[in-house]
Amino acid sequence: MRFLLLFSRQGKLRLQKWFTPMTDREKKKVIRDMMTLVLARQPRTCNFLQWRDLKIVYKRYASLYFCTGLDDQDNELLTLEVLHRYVELLDKYFGNVCELDIIFNFEKAYFILDEFLMGGEVLETSKISVGVSMEEADTLQETMEEYMSKPAY
Amino acid sequence: MSDVVEKTLTALPSLLSLDSQPGSAKLSSTSKLGNLVRGITELTSKHEEEKLIQRELASIKEQVSSPNTSMRQMKELMVRAIYCEMLGYEASFSYIHAIKLAQQGTALEKRVGYLAVSLFLNESHELLLLLVNTVLKDLQSTNLIEVCMALTVVSQMFPKDMIPAILPLVEEKLNHQKEIIRRKAVLALYKFYLIAPNQVQHIHNKFRKALCDKDPGVMTASLHIYLQMIQENPEGYKDLTASFVTILKQVVGGKLPMDFNYHSVPAPWLQIQLLRILSALGKNDQSTSEIMYDVLDESLRRAEMNHNITYAILYECVKCIYTIHPKSDLLEKAAKCIGNFVLSPKINLKYLGLKALTYVVQQDPKLALQHQMTIIECLDHPDLIIKRETLELLFRITNAQNVTVIVEKMLDFLRVSTDDYTTIDLVGKVAELAEKYAPDNEWFIETMNTVFSVGGDMMQPDIPNSFLKLLSEGFDSVEEDRKLRLFAVDSYVSLLQGEPGKLPQRFLQVISWVLGEYSHLRAELQPSTVMRLLSKLLDTKNTSSETKTWVLMTMTKLCEGAAGVSVAQEVSEAYSSSLDTVLRQRAQELQHLSQDSELRARVVPRDAGLEPLEVDSSLSFLDGFVSEALAAGAAPYKPPHQRQEELAQAKALSLEPYGLSLPISISSCSIADRQSPTLLSMSSGLSGDSTDLSHKGGSTTLKLDGVKRVWGKEGYLAQREPVEETAQVEVPSPFRSPSQQAEADSSHSQTPTPVPTPEPTQERQQLASSLFVGLSSQSSVCLMGKSESAPQRFKRKAKSPSSSSGASEQISNSLVSAPSTVDNLLCDNLLDANISSELAVSSPTQTSRLSQSLTTANGTCDVELTNTKGSNPSLIRDISVAVAADSTPHEDPDKPKDLCLSSHLPAELSGFSHSEITPLCSNQSLDLSACHVQQKDSLVLVVFIYNSSYSDIQQILLELDSDDLEVSGVCGSPVQEVGSQSVAVCQYSLSVKRPSVHVEVGGMVSYQLPVGTPQSAQFSYRLPLTSFIRPLTLSTEEYGTMWLAFSHDTKQNLTLINAGHESLAATLNVLKKKLQLHIVEIIGLEGIVACRLLQDQPCLMHCRVHAGTLAVWLRSPVPDLPDCLMYYCQRALQEH
Repeated sequence: MRFLLLFSRQGKLRLQKWFTPMTDREKKKVIRDMMTLVLARQPRTCNFLQWRDLKIVYKRYASLYFCTGLDDQDNELLTLEVLHRYVELLDKYFGNVCELDIIFNFEKAYFILDEFLMGGEVLETSKISVGVSMEEADTLQETMEEYMSKPAY
Repeated sequence: MSDVVEKTLTALPSLLSLDSQPGSAKLSSTSKLGNLVRGITELTSKHEEEKLIQRELASIKEQVSSPNTSMRQMKELMVRAIYCEMLGYEASFSYIHAIKLAQQGTALEKRVGYLAVSLFLNESHELLLLLVNTVLKDLQSTNLIEVCMALTVVSQMFPKDMIPAILPLVEEKLNHQKEIIRRKAVLALYKFYLIAPNQVQHIHNKFRKALCDKDPGVMTASLHIYLQMIQENPEGYKDLTASFVTILKQVVGGKLPMDFNYHSVPAPWLQIQLLRILSALGKNDQSTSEIMYDVLDESLRRAEMNHNITYAILYECVKCIYTIHPKSDLLEKAAKCIGNFVLSPKINLKYLGLKALTYVVQQDPKLALQHQMTIIECLDHPDLIIKRETLELLFRITNAQNVTVIVEKMLDFLRVSTDDYTTIDLVGKVAELAEKYAPDNEWFIETMNTVFSVGGDMMQPDIPNSFLKLLSEGFDSVEEDRKLRLFAVDSYVSLLQGEPGKLPQRFLQVISWVLGEYSHLRAELQPSTVMRLLSKLLDTKNTSSETKTWVLMTMTKLCEGAAGVSVAQEVSEAYSSSLDTVLRQRAQELQHLSQDSELRARVVPRDAGLEPLEVDSSLSFLDGFVSEALAAGAAPYKPPHQRQEELAQAKALSLEPYGLSLPISISSCSIADRQSPTLLSMSSGLSGDSTDLSHKGGSTTLKLDGVKRVWGKEGYLAQREPVEETAQVEVPSPFRSPSQQAEADSSHSQTPTPVPTPEPTQERQQLASSLFVGLSSQSSVCLMGKSESAPQRFKRKAKSPSSSSGASEQISNSLVSAPSTVDNLLCDNLLDANISSELAVSSPTQTSRLSQSLTTANGTCDVELTNTKGSNPSLIRDISVAVAADSTPHEDPDKPKDLCLSSHLPAELSGFSHSEITPLCSNQSLDLSACHVQQKDSLVLVVFIYNSSYSDIQQILLELDSDDLEVSGVCGSPVQEVGSQSVAVCQYSLSVKRPSVHVEVGGMVSYQLPVGTPQSAQFSYRLPLTSFIRPLTLSTEEYGTMWLAFSHDTKQNLTLINAGHESLAATLNVLKKKLQLHIVEIIGLEGIVACRLLQDQPCLMHCRVHAGTLAVWLRSPVPDLPDCLMYYCQRALQEH
């Protein structure tokens, strides 16, 4: 996965994540192109696009578009499910997530993403909740010693 | 873990309310970010938004720089700064504060700091260096959360050069108790592997450990690295195939814990990763493929739920099955699976079905035939993406019979497509098909016309180039050539008479070239008419100056008769004062040549396209001129680098900064150095070698990118034979009437089509029959094992052999006359020089005139021409790869103990040369000796432990350590005990951390005798750096680019071995033999040599014979390496 963008139907960027190095200019170009490409798509068309040498997978959830760029060998359907899982995670955390949640707490959305994807690859394939626990465990200030003294699960 | 989760989740609400930014939108009304966001949404214009944000940024700026701001406030400010940046406003003042926050904040604040850093800065930002220390600190922290954060940020963005600083700490995390840390560490290492593979080479063993981790999550993470490594080198990991198969079997069988399920499918991400690995392993490898057939079958069988994720697995499975060595029943199942995709009403699945079909259709054209009706439907699909993918599929099944229909469809698409990238891609494909399968001349020229006008100036430059090449080289029949060219001329003249201003520049260039070469074929067409048409182009405003040069060249070829000459004079007058030098030069030429028809006939001979032009790239014809000049007292020419060097030698102190002088001198050297034939071949723009490839294979086989045809007669096809035969009968032959074809098709197609055919379906079926015609016959041909050559129209003639050695380089005459490289001034001059070199043979006076005009056009020209004085380029190409030759002394037969020890060398090492076995240390019970073995890509240190006592020695522990070297154990468990009077062998792989002349490994051995206390002994082993040197094979061009990139260098004069005029070659050969260098090339008095330190750290050497000594210049990206190597070169030559 090369990048992940979240933007609204009005073309406002809500979240951006770049997994490969890119200059600011390239990023701007990608964002602009993605918005024009994806927002112009009719409903009930294919969720996959070709942009330059990248495969674009996008999905609309309510008023938000989730859009990713893939390498040639990546699996489109799987990526669609990655997006879905991310929405599930957001949902779990915010409780019936809506666009406003992501606008006002975008840094949380980033943290959840960081726990879920790392370097463009899925990090946490299992337990939905572990991501969330790691996410908020930081406020618990748990140290290694505490972890070790805990009963094994 | 679950109770931790529970606890956290229940704690969440209270935590959130403590936080300044609560987790839900309605609570956010109090936060400053909330105010900002709301403020923005209330605004109506972009201008107001800008004002608001600027105000906001100003206030943030003020607050972040205030010393009283607490970290907690800072966090809040940072979030707002991120928000402003996301909206597209720059907040660069906050970058440094983001780093500060990451450094000093606690937990959540730190986290926001890291997030801000990763969003603000990119890999090359200089501020990132400030982060390294923070990351280091956090990696060592006892707080898990901090470690996690550090690992996350490291995998997102980390300066490449700083990886070594944190690598040991990340490595250490591979052994961490918490699986989440291990998982993140593995992924961080994966990231390092991607950006700097050399750095993590030594921890491959640890990856294996991660693969065997008890936590499936860590194992999954390690698969990313394995996929990458296996794709790069499948041979190295074949032994792991069985393990991967076992893992997949367990996953598919549901052996993983339930919480790895995703929508009740067991670990789909893991499955897909494994399938990818397996297909990389099984590609072109029958025995490996056989191991995985079972598990693939099971995967196909198990994935039956109707959910996207199962389809994702199926898709990957099908791809794998078609990539590995074929097995018939699996293929049948896979084909059925593809059918399900294609026929699915879900558009995403249809899309993937088409993709899969495209992937497999070269191996199994039948499959496309089965789904032809669906394909036709997709061709008219409202979604352009589906349409585009269908065309891609059709491109793969094009043959001589269906080419017109398919190309028509592609051109239709091109006319509505707005995406540049698609246009470029598709235009290339149309051009390829047209060239390969054109049914007749008219069609070909017309198709190419559309290609040129639609593709415009975006298309790949090799399309017009190869088109022109095709026209000029001609085919087997002279008459056909004439007809094709004639048709092209006719079509272009009518285009020019229309509205040429609207045509793209590239097309105009093609038109003008063709008219210049071939308009004489049309006898009734006056050259002056063509010239007038062309001069209209010159007057058009939006004609580029490049096109104008082409037009002027064409005019030079055409200016015949009074009318023509008068047009030429007019034009040349207009442009001889142009500001564009190239244009001015062309105008000059036109003026001169139009006045002298005899000279013109020689310079631009008509119809000479096929005769190769001898180019004297040494410019020997100028020798006379040069010697005259020398006799008149001119100073002999020296290439710039020589001048510079002499200048440097003249001074006692070299004041020029290191590294600065070189790029200049090298680049100018390569320009001035006309002796190198590579320059010519690189700069002749029309030679387009890459495009040639597709034409050389002249049979029906399509260009298959990436997909190998793994089909064997004995494998898949044999078992399908009966099916194919029936299909063959049903295939509509092109001779049948369309209605019959449609009939035959409807009975043949296996897609469920309604029997009473309504009108539109009929149309579609006709289309289908025209699209898929010839598909099955093609496959039946290969069934019977005949290789029938296709009725390919434009079959290239065999290329005239081009001599690459020696000074002469052949360029087709027509190529010279086409200013293919006008934008490159140098190359242009080169071509002109070639023209004048021809002239020089016959009319020296003319030449001097011409070369004078050249001189006026480009002042540097004459300087460079003199360069070639008396050059006698002898290109000695050393093709042979230097064989591993051991420079260190061989074993001494006088030492019986050594002999017997060397018999203990492990079998896998015995084929390689090894150094003398030297004793390390010895005492009454134990003798330690060692030697090193040079393998192609590694150096192995072998330690022999000889137990000289009469009792067994136990608990032997051998520890090696070195400042300069990286030491890692090679195989097996370490030796623990040695029986009496016997020998144990330990192997260690060594790699250089920091080069120095001699590198040393220190070590300690501790052991225990059956009776007595533990004992230990220390030892050290020294080995020369040369044992780590291997030849580096590369081409002169690669050498050139690498040379410029390296920063560490050293220069010295060494003694030359005296062997007459061959002394350079002799000297270099000595070095090659003793130090295992690779001689890249020797040109005249200069030679370039390359080698590498193990683990791919190159060192380049440039030698020049100068005043009886050898001036050696070494460069490398590794500090100290050039100095060490210089020492060994000096020694090697002294010893000789």
